Amino acid sequence: MEIEAARMIGAGLATLGMIGAGVGVGNVWSNYFAAIARNPAAKDEIGANIWIGFAVTEAIAIFSLVVALLVLFG
Amino acid sequence: MAEGAQNGSFPVDPLHQFEVQRLVTVNVGGLDLSFTNSALWMVISVAAITGFMMLATSSRSLVPGRLQSISEILYEMIANMVRQNVGTEGRAYFPFIFSLFLFILFGNLLGMVPIGFTFTSHLVVTFFMAIVIFITVTIIGFVRHGAGFLRLFFPEGAPLWTAVILVPIELISYLSRPVSLSLRLFANMMAGHLLMKVFAGFTLLMGLAGVVPLAALVGITAYEFLVAVLQAYIFTILTCVYLNDAINLH
Repeated sequence: MEIEAARMIGAGLATLGMIGAGVGVGNVWSNYFAAIARNPAAKDEIGANIWIGFAVTEAIAIFSLVVALLVLFG
Repeated sequence: MAEGAQNGSFPVDPLHQFEVQRLVTVNVGGLDLSFTNSALWMVISVAAITGFMMLATSSRSLVPGRLQSISEILYEMIANMVRQNVGTEGRAYFPFIFSLFLFILFGNLLGMVPIGFTFTSHLVVTFFMAIVIFITVTIIGFVRHGAGFLRLFFPEGAPLWTAVILVPIELISYLSRPVSLSLRLFANMMAGHLLMKVFAGFTLLMGLAGVVPLAALVGITAYEFLVAVLQAYIFTILTCVYLNDAINLH
């Protein structure tokens, strides 16, 4: 197999890691909505922290993107 | 389909924007200490922060105007962050946390300016920041608690036999902190700017139909502004959390 073809396939496979991160990010907000549905008064308090959860989970998606780019261009 | 391309090659090189270029070549005994474009933008970032804070706090009115409000909001946000995450003992570290937050924030935002260079998009820069924070926090932990700092790796109340599995896991998780901290900021910045450059290339490549990637580029740029601010905030709050682990041992 040519190296270029292998790189393309490898990069495509590496992006599969984002599936988990996508589910995780969705979890952050789905739990936020459930929480404020049960207790609307906690909206601001929880709302300040969801961004931390989002960034830490999104980082995993970015790690997978970095691996894909490393395979493609490294 | 692809109009305007001479030999089918992509019109822009997405990786060229990350190239470190020497502006002033300085060679000290074999060591390359050149003043690079990365260093230039770090200096610009520090100058912008200093200029902004000095200008904003020059009018010491009790009821702040708009500019003074911005600096007061920034101060209060970071002060609250330090107080909530580190407690009252963290006040000594507030100047460092504030400087760290503004340095990364201005670095990220100045990179969004069209001619700007994002110095946080280099792993060596973010890794050095993260490893300095990691070593400092570890030293603070050992200075405060002595050898008792190692109790961090063995949560209280866990049965003794779990220590065999738990301590190596906690140790590895602790040692991976600078890696994840630096990699998160670096990857977000690099991936964002890479994506914007690639979409800009698509816009150039597609001629009149380039309006579609241009619309996507507008959305991506807005998202990148959010990511710039958010990643600076995340880096800072995780530093506060690690500091809290060292000072208060969970």
